[in-house]
Amino acid sequence: MRAVCWQGVHKVGIEEVPDAHLINPRDAVIKVRKAAICGSDLHLYDGYVPGMMRGDILGHEFMGEVVETGPGVTNLAPGDRVVVPFPISCGNCFFCEQEMYSLCENSNPNARLAEKFWGHSPCGIFGYSHLLGGYAGGQAEYVRVPFADVGPLKIPDTMSDEQALFLSDILPTGYMAAENCNIQQGDTVAVWGCGPVGLFAIMSAKLLGATRVIAIDRFPERLNLAHRAGAETINYEEMDTLDTLREWTGGRGPDACIDAVGMEAHMHGVQGTYDKVKQALRMETERPGVLRECIQACRNGGTISVPGVYGGLADKIPLGAVVNRALTIKSGQTHVQRYMKPLLARIENGEIDPTMIITHRVGIEDVPDAFAMFRNKEDDCVKVVVNMAS
Amino acid sequence: MAASLAQQAPLDRSLGWFSVGLGMAEILAPRTLGRVIGVGDQSNVLRMCGVREVVSGVGLLSGRAPAAFTMSRVVGDVMDLALLGASLRSPEANPTRVAAAATAVAGVAALDLYASKVELQSSMAEAEQEVPVHVSLMINSPPEEVYQFWRKLENLPRFMSYLESVTELDQRRSEWSARMPGGVQLRWQSEIVEDQPGRLLSWRTIDGSEINHVGSVRFDPAPDGNGTQIRVEVYYGMPGGSAAVKAAELVSMAPEAMVSADLRRLKQLIETGEIATTRGQPTGKRSILGRALSKGES
Ligand SMILES: NC(=O)c1ccc[n+]([C@@H]2O[C@H](COP(=O)([O-])OP(=O)(O)OC[C@H]3O[C@@H](n4cnc5c(N)ncnc54)[C@H](O)[C@@H]3O)[C@@H](O)[C@H]2O)c1
Ligand SMILES: [Zn+2]
Ligand SMILES: [Zn+2]
Repeated sequence: MRAVCWQGVHKVGIEEVPDAHLINPRDAVIKVRKAAICGSDLHLYDGYVPGMMRGDILGHEFMGEVVETGPGVTNLAPGDRVVVPFPISCGNCFFCEQEMYSLCENSNPNARLAEKFWGHSPCGIFGYSHLLGGYAGGQAEYVRVPFADVGPLKIPDTMSDEQALFLSDILPTGYMAAENCNIQQGDTVAVWGCGPVGLFAIMSAKLLGATRVIAIDRFPERLNLAHRAGAETINYEEMDTLDTLREWTGGRGPDACIDAVGMEAHMHGVQGTYDKVKQALRMETERPGVLRECIQACRNGGTISVPGVYGGLADKIPLGAVVNRALTIKSGQTHVQRYMKPLLARIENGEIDPTMIITHRVGIEDVPDAFAMFRNKEDDCVKVVVNMAS
Repeated sequence: MAASLAQQAPLDRSLGWFSVGLGMAEILAPRTLGRVIGVGDQSNVLRMCGVREVVSGVGLLSGRAPAAFTMSRVVGDVMDLALLGASLRSPEANPTRVAAAATAVAGVAALDLYASKVELQSSMAEAEQEVPVHVSLMINSPPEEVYQFWRKLENLPRFMSYLESVTELDQRRSEWSARMPGGVQLRWQSEIVEDQPGRLLSWRTIDGSEINHVGSVRFDPAPDGNGTQIRVEVYYGMPGGSAAVKAAELVSMAPEAMVSADLRRLKQLIETGEIATTRGQPTGKRSILGRALSKGES
């Protein structure tokens, strides 16, 4: 089969690899119909996530058709159209039982490595480094899905592939980011980053009752989408983010701040240079400029929600502000399985149109170029969908 | 240069850059670095460390004999840790900053170990004495069930990776056979010393075995009332002669790592009915180091 493989920094290629097949009893094999490229894939592409190996098959956002199931999978049958959540979760452990699926204790075969790095291991993830299991991902013609009796969700016939695809990650991720803000009536929520995650966070914050959402980015096409989703916008190349937020909130600051940017924030000035140098020398793994801003901006006693991905160690985080101003920080890889059904219902009844963020549709052979385009935000690219059937 | 960098194993490359960066800082600004990490003025020591860092960093980046250079990183990390340890006792040292630096270095050290795959050998030194191993893990199943699974000794090879077979000879005695990496075959007989159903099992090897150890496993109710806190203790004793060599080989598997990996598999089997693995899945073309590394992956 053909698969998108990580070949080094800024190098992905299409390789012919053996077909995916069943390994464990609770596995299914899915013939992928649609996959997507995620902002998280860019951290791999740029080489900032440790534990990648040449030849790793990428992709954690995908949907398709079941072709084969192991003896432990009785709820799926060949021909079922399903969308697959990116965390690999057993459904049986302490964390899965509490619906904290991305913390599953049983799905990371390299848990020991992750423990060295992070103290404890989270779940395994498709196509997301050997620290998170080294599982082959779904930017491929076929993919093996472990614990297929727990993860994949059947898609109703009335719903298109594209409408269901983002239930695999970014829609639940934006939703959980907003949910983590504990939004009350009258709240103002500020969202850094108007990529797919930021955009879905904006829509979700509105759905969850935020009176006002302020979106921050520098790309006009993304700010336009944010505006269409109901946000007021700050282009941080034209206005200072912190000053503007202070002014727009009467000096108090937003009730909640969402970092939908993560470890590769774009920053100007001394701060930007500082993190660039340290990250390049591998003396820190992150450029946490947006997280710093979220902390500085948030109102006293407010919440900072961090869906943006960080991998290791960050410097100059204003912890003093967190303590002295009683801030709450919430984060995590998304517990996707928890949100799929309720969000599917919201798509069905028209409350959310996830397809509005799609700007590019490509075939698998175009994926290497699409990675470069998405990374450099060229051609007004916001979200790339890969059509595997083509 | 850029092309050869891009083809290199990423882990080695990032370790390389870390080395060069840290090394340059140690050479060029030892005093500042010393102050930043809180060890006071240790310029000469830091400069030495710096030269070593740069050498191993450049080595890793150049891609020549990566194993040797990774080893030099490991040795270097241990040196750095030792230095940080020593400076904790020096009057100038600022313990919090030293601790922070040590954490950073320890993180890198962990990666180094992975990259050079020397983790398994690292505890060779310990093999000189008796090696007590303590490992504990929560399992989401009642103590009676976990006990039952373990007590059926034929189940053990399903999660103890090096065991080939366990045969129960009678109520107390059993015969064990294991194949260690490198193909070394070990056989021993073991007898149950204490058997408290649902609570505890302890055993010892019978005299004349190729590997001597005594051990116990406890099945305590987890504090939340739903699960089991399983606790394994093993003491390996070293017999003389050629058997000692084999035993050392067993111990060189880092017994703690081995037992905890075994327990993790036990947990997976009991909770999910299978053991998480990627073995046999498709991949694209690996680098040479990648092929070596992925062999060890479960
Ligand atoms: N927690 C999870 O489970 C999860 C899931 C999916 C994605 N993510 C993470 O979410 C983040 C965003 O993903 P995405 O797909 O939207 O990526 P993306 O690259 O499309 O979007 C990132 C956006 O951040 C903007 N940005 C950069 N610097 C900024 C700054 N200083 N101020 C304001 N905006 C800035 C960029 O212009 C861009 O529009 C990534 O870190 C990704 O890894 C997390
Ligand atoms: Zn994603
Ligand atoms: Zn689980």
